[in-house]
Amino acid sequence: MTITDLRGLAASGESPGRASGVDVRPKQKRTWRSYSVYLGLALIFIYCLAPFYWMIVSSLRRTADIFDNTLLPQPFSLENYAKVFDGSTMFGQALLNSLIVASVTTVAALVLGIFAAYAISRLNFRFKSVILGVIIATSMFPGISVVVPLLRLFTDLGWINTYQAMIIPNLSFAIPLAVWNLTTFMKQLPFDLEEAAMIDGCTKWQAFRKVLLPLAAPGVFTTAILTFIHSWNEFIIALSMINDPAIQTATVAISKFTGATEFQAPFGEQMAAGVIVTVPLVIMVLVFQRRIVEGLTAGAGK
Amino acid sequence: MTTASIDHQSSGPPRTPGQGRKASRNSAGSSAGRTPGEGRMAALLLSPTLLVLALVIAYPLISAIHQSLYRAQSGLDADGYVTEGEAFVGLANYADLFAGESGHRFMNAFGNTTFFTVTTVLLETLLGLALALAMNRAFKGRSFLRASILVPWAVPTAVSGLLWRWIFQSDGIANTLIGSEILWTAEGTASKLAVIIAEVWKTAPFIGLLVLAGMQIIPEEVYEAAKIDGAGWWRQLGSITLPLVKPTLLVAVLFRMLDALRMFDLPFVLIGPGKESVETLSMLAWDESNQLRYGSASAFAVILFLYVAAVAIVFVKVLGADVTGAKQLGAKRRARKANRIQKAEATQ
Repeated sequence: MTITDLRGLAASGESPGRASGVDVRPKQKRTWRSYSVYLGLALIFIYCLAPFYWMIVSSLRRTADIFDNTLLPQPFSLENYAKVFDGSTMFGQALLNSLIVASVTTVAALVLGIFAAYAISRLNFRFKSVILGVIIATSMFPGISVVVPLLRLFTDLGWINTYQAMIIPNLSFAIPLAVWNLTTFMKQLPFDLEEAAMIDGCTKWQAFRKVLLPLAAPGVFTTAILTFIHSWNEFIIALSMINDPAIQTATVAISKFTGATEFQAPFGEQMAAGVIVTVPLVIMVLVFQRRIVEGLTAGAGK
Repeated sequence: MTTASIDHQSSGPPRTPGQGRKASRNSAGSSAGRTPGEGRMAALLLSPTLLVLALVIAYPLISAIHQSLYRAQSGLDADGYVTEGEAFVGLANYADLFAGESGHRFMNAFGNTTFFTVTTVLLETLLGLALALAMNRAFKGRSFLRASILVPWAVPTAVSGLLWRWIFQSDGIANTLIGSEILWTAEGTASKLAVIIAEVWKTAPFIGLLVLAGMQIIPEEVYEAAKIDGAGWWRQLGSITLPLVKPTLLVAVLFRMLDALRMFDLPFVLIGPGKESVETLSMLAWDESNQLRYGSASAFAVILFLYVAAVAIVFVKVLGADVTGAKQLGAKRRARKANRIQKAEATQ
């Protein structure tokens, strides 16, 4: 499946009547069917959003009525959010750490990935499919098999509790993701424009920089979003490499929220922190949903 | 491959001229169809990527295999770091996997990993297919649905673990809704169920999205023809939709399985580390390395790697999952070659 096909279908999504597949049926049945379709869609909607909604609602309750089961917080309170940022948990710092680690990982993976994808999609060389296969195979490597040996290496290097101890292992999943996505995108761009540019006297490098790269910009952007989301959600590497609360990322920080008393888990604060970590991603998903779907399906749905 | 050929049909015309020109340029180059400069440039462009992958993939793999043959003999030094007291023990770390107390823990973790992988991927596939079928029939509000289906995917796994831990509290909303008093997050079968529910919630929409993309490239004419031949909805599903989305579905299931095999965050946050009923291989290896038993931790990591690799090989070799798009590339190459031969004949 190519991106353009998907885009075309999405654009014309209103018209092609796949529902016309049931045209032969009697009219009564058809209305029943259309109702059942809407019921199904409502169920999907509730299934996807209800747990997330519950997290938001719970985060807006006061500690005293955290165990209420009303659908709206009564009374509405930002108490939990204030507590998350009151400085006792370094949660603000953890958010900043997540931002730094995810951004650097994304930029590094994109820079390396653009060059690699250009080579794979545009140049002719031996072992091309072997190299692409190896890069994709590395994305299947289990995280723990990276963490155990590198934990040891980084301990020897004195890198525990540093950003690079998270960023470098993150590349083990970010690079295959970036190379694969970018290769798929670049393969779909026409060769003609670059060749025309080179006939007009551009060098290969100029053709790449001035013609191909601007054309590939949407693909690069999509890849950036996906890589960023994956790095932002990364857990096992950050959990293993970091034990200093000042360096740990947000996902690890909220899993370690213990609260004032040891025996009562501060669920309200946990939910508030969870909402804060998730909201940037949800906004990205809502704004760039079409691009994200393109990126996710580009690899699998050829 | 059926979808590939459909894909070629739909996007064929604009591509052909470019390919034709490329083919003629290639044949004008060296005898092998490539210029020497291109190979050097490719090596230059690929080497940084391969270098980083060597550091973060090849080195850990070799180091883990090496490490798994050693065992720490002494303990910790004053600072809490490992002391240089390791002895070569051959395959003893692997032999321990099948005997004694650590063997029991390993077999349990291996069983849990397999159980979670099979159950979650099976449920996700069924649910994902249902989601895709429902979304494929919906035309109004499809983009709205697509956005909401992406929300579980975007929630970080650690946050989703926390969220479900809250839902599954002993006096939480899950027990209130079904009127029970189950201890979901303690040891036992209920905790396994909690992990499965949370995992399926997060990942079924993802499969649904991929399968939907596969469904959307099936041309409408195929359904029209089936309808004229009198095929009902179920018949269309079984004879058209499922066979045609199979390649997409295979790749999606493969990726989900590889992901499920290395499951760590969700049981770790939802139930907690060191709980027998939900401990996976990743959690066991992590716990061992946390105890500074790098030898056995590496052995677990190597076993998990072999397990993942075996599943991937079965999918690619036996079931024919087209992961790299190599089949499609092959088809293109053949088409290009045919094009070239045709051209040569025409000039003669």
